Amino acid sequence: MYSQGLQDAKGGPEPEALLKAFQKRIDNEEKIEPRDWMPEAYRKTLIRQMSQHAHSEIVGQLPEGNWITRAPTLKRKMILLAKVQDEAGHGLYIYSATETLGITREEMTRQLLSGEAKYSSIFNYPTPSWADMGAIGWLVDGAAIMNQVPLCRASYGPYARSMIRICKEESFHQRQGYDIMTVLARGSEAQKKMAQDALNRTWWPALMMFGPSDKDSKHSAQSMKWKIKRFSNDDLRQKFVDVTVPQAEHLGLTIPDEDLKWNEETGHYDFGEIDWDEFINVIKGNGPCNKERLAARQNAHDEGQWVRKAADVYQQNQQDAA
Amino acid sequence: MKLYEIFIRAKSGLNHRHVGSLHAADAQMALQNARDVYTRREEGVSIWVVEAAHISASNPEQSEPWFDPAADKIYRHPTFYPLDKEVDNM
Repeated sequence: MYSQGLQDAKGGPEPEALLKAFQKRIDNEEKIEPRDWMPEAYRKTLIRQMSQHAHSEIVGQLPEGNWITRAPTLKRKMILLAKVQDEAGHGLYIYSATETLGITREEMTRQLLSGEAKYSSIFNYPTPSWADMGAIGWLVDGAAIMNQVPLCRASYGPYARSMIRICKEESFHQRQGYDIMTVLARGSEAQKKMAQDALNRTWWPALMMFGPSDKDSKHSAQSMKWKIKRFSNDDLRQKFVDVTVPQAEHLGLTIPDEDLKWNEETGHYDFGEIDWDEFINVIKGNGPCNKERLAARQNAHDEGQWVRKAADVYQQNQQDAA
Repeated sequence: MKLYEIFIRAKSGLNHRHVGSLHAADAQMALQNARDVYTRREEGVSIWVVEAAHISASNPEQSEPWFDPAADKIYRHPTFYPLDKEVDNM
């Protein structure tokens, strides 16, 4: 956006008065816009958070892209195509919003492909059955909505605005997923089994999407103060469990957690301990599909090279002709 | 490629409104990309694309001297003028 030519606020400590005025604006629920003064740490944290978010949307196309040519009906194929196209669009909204902070698209792509930048751990799991398309829409997009709705009020204007667009579209993603699960859960024994199997495999990785437990979340306090994170990881995870369990029960499916039970006192579901070793392992790059996903992105980047080059030459020719 | 700012008119009768940006080699490509990125659900009936480099913006650091002079001119608003009850709602 219109942030080009901005000078980097580099060198020397940032003036106390500016820092105070900045925090006061945030406390007053004012939005920060690209050309406004902001602390370098705020800019850097946002670039990290937003680019990770954008990368997740882009890599998130891969597990579902796997089923476009194998969708069971033409209707399902059209829906899945539309959903995967939305994910590409979501990536683009957030990439362009991130660029307003002074980082280029090329640099973000480089960080993704080199493994410097992370993306959501959930996309490093395989999608071996059609029911996974249902489980992903219902649970993964459901968890994403839980995370993203509060970000519609994030303090950085371009981020908040892109989240508003995205949330409007995610609702379709979640419903089409639940619709797939509903059809399977009410189908033949084999179909029910498929649905249950997909739920078994997706449930825990979906809970991990909310990030480490609050006691281990190192960036949380500052991000909450800056209002680029509005609820804690554990609060959002609890909320997700509370709304999702009845949805599973409605379909006659069983959440794969023996410790899951309604707690009358707290008014919430208690649930079992997450396997944090698995989470850390996947984040570190050792999940079932990490290498495959990055290789697919690298391949798309390489195969698209001639298109970018052609566009550059075309642009040059246009300028020369003018 | 160049950076373009995208403006969309949601329906006739409304202003074009800034929705975001994208990269393109020229205006034609920017329009096509904007159609795919920003109007997948009938969000618009018209698109403007503007090269970001062609936009001149006011300086946020000058916001106070730039905009504050309007703040103390309350006589520009109708509510500045009390009306007798008998002629209320003028």
